[in-house]
Amino acid sequence: MSLRKFITNKTTAALAVLLTVFANTSAFAQDAAAAAAPKVDMGEVYKSVIFYILVFLAVCLFIAIVGKALKVYELSREAQGKDGGINWNRVNSSLFALFLVLGLYGVYWEYTVHGSMLLPDAASIHGKRIDDMFNLTLIITTIVFIATHILLFGFSYIYKYSAKRKAYYYPHNNTIEKIWTIVPALVLTVLVLMGFLTWRSIFFKVEDPNHKPLQIEVTSEQFKWSIRYPGADGVVGHKNYKLTTASNTLGIDFSDLKSRDDLMADEMVIPVNKPVKLILNSKDVIHSFYMPHFRVQLNTVPGMQTIFEFTPTKTTAQMQEETNDPNFKFLFYCAKICGAGHYNMQKDVRVVSEKEYEEWLAKQKTYLNDDLRKQFNLPVAPAPVKSVSDSTAKDSAAVKTNQMALNK
Amino acid sequence: MSTIALHDEHNHDHADHGHHKETLISKYIFSMDHKMIAKQFLITGIIMAVIAMGLSILFRIQLAWPDKNFPFLETFLGKWAEGGRIKSDFYLALVTIHGTIMVFFVLTAGLSGTFSNLLIPLQIGARDMASPFLNMLSYWFFFMACVVMMSSFFIQTGPASGGWTVYPPLSALPTAIPGSGLGMTLWLISMVMFVASSLMGGINYVSTILNMRTKGMDLWKMPLTIWAFFLTAILGILSFPVLVAGVVLLVFDRSFGTSFYLSDIVMGTTILPNEGGSPILWQHLFWFLGHPEVYIVIMPALGISSEVISVNSRKPIFGYHAMVYSLIGITVLSFIVWGHHMFVTGMNPLLGGVFMITTLIIAVPSAVKTFNYLATLWRGNIRFTPAMLFAIGLVSFFISGGLTGIFLGNASLDINLHDTYFVVAHFHLVMGSAAIFGMLAGVYHWYPKMFGKMMNAKLGYLHFWLTFISAYLVFFPLHFLGLDGVPRRYYAFTEFEFMKKWLTVNIFVTWAAILAALAQVAFLFNFFYSIFKGKVAPQNPWESNTLEWTAPVEHLHGNWPGEIPTVYRWPYDYSKPGHDADFIPQTVPFSQTMSSNLPHDFEGNAEAEKIQQDWELANPVVENKG
Repeated sequence: MSLRKFITNKTTAALAVLLTVFANTSAFAQDAAAAAAPKVDMGEVYKSVIFYILVFLAVCLFIAIVGKALKVYELSREAQGKDGGINWNRVNSSLFALFLVLGLYGVYWEYTVHGSMLLPDAASIHGKRIDDMFNLTLIITTIVFIATHILLFGFSYIYKYSAKRKAYYYPHNNTIEKIWTIVPALVLTVLVLMGFLTWRSIFFKVEDPNHKPLQIEVTSEQFKWSIRYPGADGVVGHKNYKLTTASNTLGIDFSDLKSRDDLMADEMVIPVNKPVKLILNSKDVIHSFYMPHFRVQLNTVPGMQTIFEFTPTKTTAQMQEETNDPNFKFLFYCAKICGAGHYNMQKDVRVVSEKEYEEWLAKQKTYLNDDLRKQFNLPVAPAPVKSVSDSTAKDSAAVKTNQMALNK
Repeated sequence: MSTIALHDEHNHDHADHGHHKETLISKYIFSMDHKMIAKQFLITGIIMAVIAMGLSILFRIQLAWPDKNFPFLETFLGKWAEGGRIKSDFYLALVTIHGTIMVFFVLTAGLSGTFSNLLIPLQIGARDMASPFLNMLSYWFFFMACVVMMSSFFIQTGPASGGWTVYPPLSALPTAIPGSGLGMTLWLISMVMFVASSLMGGINYVSTILNMRTKGMDLWKMPLTIWAFFLTAILGILSFPVLVAGVVLLVFDRSFGTSFYLSDIVMGTTILPNEGGSPILWQHLFWFLGHPEVYIVIMPALGISSEVISVNSRKPIFGYHAMVYSLIGITVLSFIVWGHHMFVTGMNPLLGGVFMITTLIIAVPSAVKTFNYLATLWRGNIRFTPAMLFAIGLVSFFISGGLTGIFLGNASLDINLHDTYFVVAHFHLVMGSAAIFGMLAGVYHWYPKMFGKMMNAKLGYLHFWLTFISAYLVFFPLHFLGLDGVPRRYYAFTEFEFMKKWLTVNIFVTWAAILAALAQVAFLFNFFYSIFKGKVAPQNPWESNTLEWTAPVEHLHGNWPGEIPTVYRWPYDYSKPGHDADFIPQTVPFSQTMSSNLPHDFEGNAEAEKIQQDWELANPVVENKG
C-alpha cells in the first residue's frame, strides 16, 4: 500500500514535470527564427481543444456510469438469488455474429464502391498479364477470406460457453492436416508458376534485331525527372557523373558521339504499340519510377542502371474515351521515399500514334547547346562532317546520323 | 517510508530463500528477477506504443486535412509545424519514428521481451533465467535505446526521416534531408543498443529453454508459447547481428567517408567523392534482418494466441505437432525470403523469381496455423474473456493480412503494388494489428500472473470491440488506395488530380484512427488502475493447465516455494473425456487420472499401458460422463 502512495505522489509530480519539459523543450530547443513567426490568436484554438477534451471526458463519464449501472444490476441479481446478471459470453458471441454479417456487407460495399475507383485496365502488353493474374489471385483470396471468416466468427457464435456442455476432445487428425497442407501448397504452386512465367516474360526479353525498342533514358533527382531521347542514332550516349555542371546537369559525356544528338523532353511521349526500353538511373538518392497505368515500376539507383521494357497498347486519346474522362492523362511519379518533395515528383506521359510521335520528336531540342560545345571543345558552329569524324569516329554511319542531328 | 515497508514485505515472503536484502532500487529498477524485468519491458513497451500511436495520429491529421491549420500543433512541435501545419520533412520523420518504435520497441522488445521473460521460467519450471544479470542488462540497453531514439525529437535537425528502413543514400547524406544529420546518428546508436539488448535477451531465452526445464518437461511437453519464444529467439540471434553489420558500415559511410553504400552521387551540382559502393547492399543487409524481424514480431503473438485459444475454448490445440512444425518451417523459410522486399529495386530479376518461390512457400505453414486455430474453435466451449477476444481478433487479422501477402509475394503483381498503400494496409494488418492483438491477449491473459490482480473484463470487452472495428475501418480502405496507385509516405495527396478522390477516404480513416487511439484509453486506465485497485487474482483464474498457474499469486524470487513441480503430461488436456473437471494441469500424474487416460498418452511405454489396461478391466465404464 505504501508503494501506492509513493507512486501516486512522487510519480505524478515527476510526470507533470516531464510533460512540461517535453512541451517546452520541443518548442524552444529550435531555431530562434521560430519565435519571429507571426502570432496566431490562440484563444479560439484553446477553446476548441478544451471543447474536444470535455466531449471526451463526458463520453468517459457516460461509460463509467454504464459500467456502474451494470455492476449494480448484476449485484442486485445476485442478491435476489437469481443466477448472475448478463451472460457476457452470449453478448460477445452475438457481437461476433453481428460483426460477421456487417463485415461481409462492408467488404461487399468496399469491393463495389472503392473497387470501382481503381486504376483503369492496363495499357501495356505485360500489364494485361499482370491484371489477369491479379484477378485470379483476387478471386482465390476472396473465397478463402470469406470462408475462413465465416468459420471463425461462426464457430465463435455457435460454440459459446455453456456450463452444461463439455468441449469435444479432438487433439489431432493427421489426414485433415495433410489435406490442408497440400491444398494450399497446390494452389500456391499454380500462382507461383504463373507469377514466375510472367516475371520472366517481363524481365527476360529476347531482343529482335529488326525491331529494336525505343530507348528512353530517365534520370531522377530531388525532386524532378529528366528525360533523354536518343536522337537519330537510336542510342542514348554515355554519361559520367563527374562531368556534371550547372549547364550539364545530367553529366552527359559529349565526347561520346552518341550523346551529341540526344534530345531533351519535358514530357514522355511514346508511340503506341512500339516496345519502349526505359533506362533508369538516379543522380542523388534512390527514387522509384512508377507508371501505374502501364504496370511499370522500377527503382532508380545512383551508380547503376536499371532497365524496364514495355509496350504501350493504348493512346492517351483512347484512354480518355475509355475512362470517359477528357482530362485523363498517363503519368509517372516517384514511389520511393526520397525527401521533402517526394509527394510531388511527377511527369506527364503521352501515348500517341507513330506519326504524331515523329512530329513531336522533330520539335525537341538537343542537350548539346553552344555552351556545352565550348566546354567539350567542340566547334560552336555546325562543322563539316569530316573534321569530327577524323578524331574519334569508328562507325562512320553513326557519325553521319550524328552530324545530321547536330546540323538541325 | 515506502522503501522500508516494501523491504519488510519482501523479507517476510522470502525469509526461507536466504536472498540478500532488497531495496527499492534493486527490486524495482535494477531488478534481476525475470517477472520484474518482464513488467519493465511491458510498461516501457506500452509507453513507447502510446508515443508511436500519437505520432501516427499527427500524420493522419496531416493526411486528412492537408490544407487546414492546427495551431495547437505549433504549440507542441514549434517550427516543425509552423503555422499549425506539419512540414513535409517532419512528416517523413513522424512516419519513420512511428515505424521504428512500433516494429522494434513495441512489437519486438515489448512483446518478446515481456512474455519471454515472464513465461519462459514460469512455464518450463525454472527459478529464473539462465543469466539474470544479462537479463537486467538486456532491459537497460533497451531502455537506453528508447531514450536515445526519443532524444532525437529534441535536436534542431529533427529525428531520422528516411523511412524505418533508412535506405542510403537518403539516410547517409544530411544534404538530402535534414533528418539524416544528427537525428540519423542517434537512430543508428539507438539501433545498435537495441540489437545488443535483443541479443542478450535471445541468448538468455534459448539457453534457459534448453537447459533449465523442470523434471518431466521434455520439448514435446512445452506449451506452444515456449516453442514460439524459443524459435523467435533463434531467429533474432541469427539475424540481428547482420543488421549491426549493416549499421556499422552505414556509420562508416556517414562519418568516415567510406563508400560501402554510396557511389556516383551528385547532390545538385556537388559531385560527391564516393565511388564503388552500392545502395542495394544496404537493402540486402537490412532485409536479411528485416524479414525475419516481421516473424520475430508475429511468432510470439501466434504462440500466445495458441495458448489463449486453447485455454478458453476448453479444448486441446488442434495439431500440436503441426503447430510446432509450422513454426519451425516459418523460422527456416523466413531466412530466405528477404528479397521479396526488393523485387523492383533493380536487384537481378533472376533473384526476384527465386525469392517469389520461397515467399509463397512460407504461406503454407501460415495457412496450416490458421486452419488449426479454426479447428480448435470447432466444437469448443468458448469462454469470451478479453484475452480470447483479442486472440480471435488476431486470427482474423492474420487471415486478412496474410492473404494480401499472396499478392505482394508475387513478384509480377508486386511491380504495381510495391511501395503503395496496399503494402501499408497489408503489413499493418498482418504484423501490426495481429501482433498488437497478440500482445494485448497476452496482457489480459497473464495480467493476474504479473500483478496478482484481475483486470476489469467489461472494460476489456469495450476496448476489444472499439479497437477491432476501428482497426478494420482504418486499414481495409487503404488497400484500395494502393490498388489505385497511391504511393506510401506521401505528405499530401493534393498534387495529383487522381488522388483527390481519396481525400474523403483519408478523412474517414483518420477519424477511425482517432477512435482506435481513444479506445486505448480504456486499456490504459484498466491496466494502471487494476495494478492498485483490481480484484485480487485467484491462483488459476482461467483454469489453465500450464505450469505458471501453480506458482503462488504473490511473487517470490525463485517462483515456487519449496520444490519446482514435476511435469507429467502435455499442456493441452482440456475437456478430456472421463475426467470430472474440464482441465488437467501438467503437474497431475497419469496415476491420478486413470479414468481419462488414453493409450496415446503413454507414448509406447509398455509397462504404463499394461497398468492402464489392468485398471480399465477392474473399473468398467458405467456411464459416459461427457
